[in-house]
Amino acid sequence: MNLHEYQARALLKASGIPVPDGDVASTPDEVVAIATRIGGPVVVKAQVHSGGRGKAGGVKLAADAAEARTHADAILGMTIKGLTVEKVLVVPAAEIVTESYVGVIMDRATQRPVFMVSPAGGVDIEQVAAESPEKIFTQPVDPRFGLLNHQAMALGFRLYDDIKQVRQAASIMRKLYDAFVTAGASLTEINPLITTPAGEVIALDAKIGVDDNELGRKPEIAALRDPTAEDPAEGKARAANLSYVSLDGTVGCCVNGAGLAMATMDLVKYYGGEPANFLDIGGSSNPEKVVAALEIITSDANVRSILFNIFGGITRCDDVANGIVTATRRTAIAIPIVIRLTGTNEKEAVAILKDAGFEALTDMDEAVKEAVKLAAEAA
Amino acid sequence: MSIFIDRETKLVVQGITGRDGSFHTRLMIEYGTAVVAGVTPGKGGQRFEDAVPIFNTVADAVAATGANTSVIYVPAAFAADAIYEAADAGVALIVCISEGVPVQDMTRVMPFLREREARLIGPNCPGAISPGRAKVGIIPGQICRAGRIGVVSRSGTLTYEIIHQLSKADYGQSSCVGIGGDPIIGTNFIDCLSAFEADGDTDAIVMIGEIGGTDEQQAAAYAAEHVTKPVVGFIAGQTAPPGRRMGHAGAIISGSSGTAAEKMVALEEARIAVMKRPADVVPLLRERM
Repeated sequence: MNLHEYQARALLKASGIPVPDGDVASTPDEVVAIATRIGGPVVVKAQVHSGGRGKAGGVKLAADAAEARTHADAILGMTIKGLTVEKVLVVPAAEIVTESYVGVIMDRATQRPVFMVSPAGGVDIEQVAAESPEKIFTQPVDPRFGLLNHQAMALGFRLYDDIKQVRQAASIMRKLYDAFVTAGASLTEINPLITTPAGEVIALDAKIGVDDNELGRKPEIAALRDPTAEDPAEGKARAANLSYVSLDGTVGCCVNGAGLAMATMDLVKYYGGEPANFLDIGGSSNPEKVVAALEIITSDANVRSILFNIFGGITRCDDVANGIVTATRRTAIAIPIVIRLTGTNEKEAVAILKDAGFEALTDMDEAVKEAVKLAAEAA
Repeated sequence: MSIFIDRETKLVVQGITGRDGSFHTRLMIEYGTAVVAGVTPGKGGQRFEDAVPIFNTVADAVAATGANTSVIYVPAAFAADAIYEAADAGVALIVCISEGVPVQDMTRVMPFLREREARLIGPNCPGAISPGRAKVGIIPGQICRAGRIGVVSRSGTLTYEIIHQLSKADYGQSSCVGIGGDPIIGTNFIDCLSAFEADGDTDAIVMIGEIGGTDEQQAAAYAAEHVTKPVVGFIAGQTAPPGRRMGHAGAIISGSSGTAAEKMVALEEARIAVMKRPADVVPLLRERM
């Protein structure tokens, strides 16, 4: 789960990291109130889960409160990469002397959090990594000790010559690690970390990605989820405990297990079709989950055929069959359904489906070919 | 022989009285696994289904039964504690089935395990099976056959699909290991390739990877140097979009890194036969063996 900038900023502030004054607003009136309180030029920043906000016109400098209103009118409600802007952050326009990058990421290879810093801040760090990797410095962290003082200082010296700024940066990095742990983050970034004409080191922008597995034990972080920032079908899937990602194709897929779900999508493509989604109904096979899955798939207007691919192990094929029958009785589905199931209680499942007028296949390739063919015919 | 688990496996089940733990314990016993103990704090002294003794702690279970392997079915929030407990009790092989373990927990678990020389398989994995010998975890026994193919995979049901294809074509398995779909896992592809290479009962290896991370690329480089047995590989997620988590916590393309295409190239460069679809496993094995 990604946090908005204003949420990430609040977490950094709570950890003791200096951030500029400012506040979040959902209406132009609120923007004006904040800009008036701040006084002087402000920046109005769209709060959406997307990079490239500036290029899309979602970040604007305003000389005063009146101009801030003009920008708020334009930015609130605008669409950036398919996401509607519901909130803006209003901050004083900063005078920037230098821009650096500071981040902590969960590194799979070393199985540790790793600090990354670069004096080339203010731009996409992946771009820096690709173009000038020598400008990126890393420090793995032993999670049992956190970022040690000398490690933080050594990173600080990579960014600044002035010892006062080095110390400020080191302090910010140790606090950033605290925020990383507190938020249950997989990524915590300050980009840019700036220095001001007065010599102060300040976090100008903040980004936090949270490990979804942490949300169960961190209700205060889970409460930061913004339902307006996600695809409604994906929100519905999450509520039903299904794993769903919407795609652009026409073959709706309903599979048990993430790996098999990906392999099914790939096979749809292999046989000339395009998958409409990734959907994993999970290991247990409550018929209600199947009902929810079918509702979500059929709510996608692009879907022309629906493919079930179930390998019964823990999942019982008869439970899935009952779910399909229940769902199709509740609401008639006009889209053709192809069902492949094999494994635990396969015979019972085939009988249940046959009684309800469905045919069941046992071979994955045959089923995918059929679903692709039906989708093409209906297009 | 086989890898990691065999007839010498003496298993303690952590969370034996829970819903998943009790269900799978029955299946493991049915399969012939030596389930010597269970652990549920507060239920020490009782028996599971009048047969398996239950202990309050893993240390008690190990002392009383000589258990050398543990399998964990506790909720994700308690999984790290269960792993620490098993390692502290001297259990050499710990298999964690639990899904949803916070990654930050795993960063602390891994150095703890290294200090105690314990091997972890998982978390978020289906466990391992050495057909005809023992099963630890949830891989359905009925789809497996004893034989000479080693299978290692990051997935669950996709592994079953491929095992099913193998068994149908009379390619039995020496061992099948599900290493798990999380970003940080205890046993990786290289560990399994190395164990299968050394295993006298394994003639060829099937490795099933997916998008996210670089474990497959590293395994390919390792295989090119150290594995003489034929290897057939599959990568799931060729149609996955970047930046989206595909079910498994570890299955995410970050920027341009971790794509199926780059992994498939790495496998091919290491002379590993790459399947385009699960059904290719048998023809490719036939070609290579």
